[in-house]
Amino acid sequence: MSATAVLPEATPETAVEPPRIEKVSIIVSKGSLEGIYPALIMANGARMEGIEANLFFTFFGMDAVVKAKQGKIRVATVGNPALGLPTLLGMIPGMPAFVTSQMQKKMETLDIPPIGEFVQMIADSGGKLYACKASVDMFDLKQSDFVDCVDSIITVGDFYEMAAGGEIIFT
Amino acid sequence: MPTLTMLDTMLDVDAEGFLQKPEQWNEEIAAEIARENGIAELTDRHMQVVRYMRNRFLDTGSAPSIRSLGKESGVEIKELYKLFPKGPAKLAAKIGGIPKPKGCI
Repeated sequence: MSATAVLPEATPETAVEPPRIEKVSIIVSKGSLEGIYPALIMANGARMEGIEANLFFTFFGMDAVVKAKQGKIRVATVGNPALGLPTLLGMIPGMPAFVTSQMQKKMETLDIPPIGEFVQMIADSGGKLYACKASVDMFDLKQSDFVDCVDSIITVGDFYEMAAGGEIIFT
Repeated sequence: MPTLTMLDTMLDVDAEGFLQKPEQWNEEIAAEIARENGIAELTDRHMQVVRYMRNRFLDTGSAPSIRSLGKESGVEIKELYKLFPKGPAKLAAKIGGIPKPKGCI
């Protein structure tokens, strides 16, 4: 090959639109307020765009759909540097509840629903909700511990099958 | 601003076909936009949502969230998605001749 090998002529670029996202499967693994909301917002946002949405709740993320826990989700006030609250203050009893209530007030003004209502809204809009079998076994839970809109308790294998052909988002 | 001619009327639209001037809208245009977006026939239920969406925009300058749409339009979330499977808020705004809703909720 000569030193001045000619590169193949560039073919004119044809404008190809990237394929549209048709399905998202979102894993919710954290049980703090700031751990749960992003997943719910993304799932709801997907449905608003006509995108199929699955939510898979695992570990403490299950609190979002466990009847006894759903209303008690708090902001983490310790170990959360972005909050700008010194750890010693974050430890004060009542602090997580206070910070949570401040945040909830703000969210209400932005029309972001409380977790229970939000989860139901996603189910009503056609999103599917599942709980993780391994976590359910670990925390000794059963289907009746979950809010009604949780479709079923599924294994990781079931989850992958359900997520096939779409995007998976871990939160 | 791109324009689109529909039923012999020149409309100002954005890249996705949302009307930018709500005053250019009428119900015939609504039916035509609906057809082009996969809704063969606009029923009274569709129009209830579309009118609510449009009036909220004209009154407040922004389109309602899907949450308030479900609570206040008289059509609940489940039915909203049956009427507009490809996204109720977005599609009702498009058919209602108002700009694309900007919120995330």
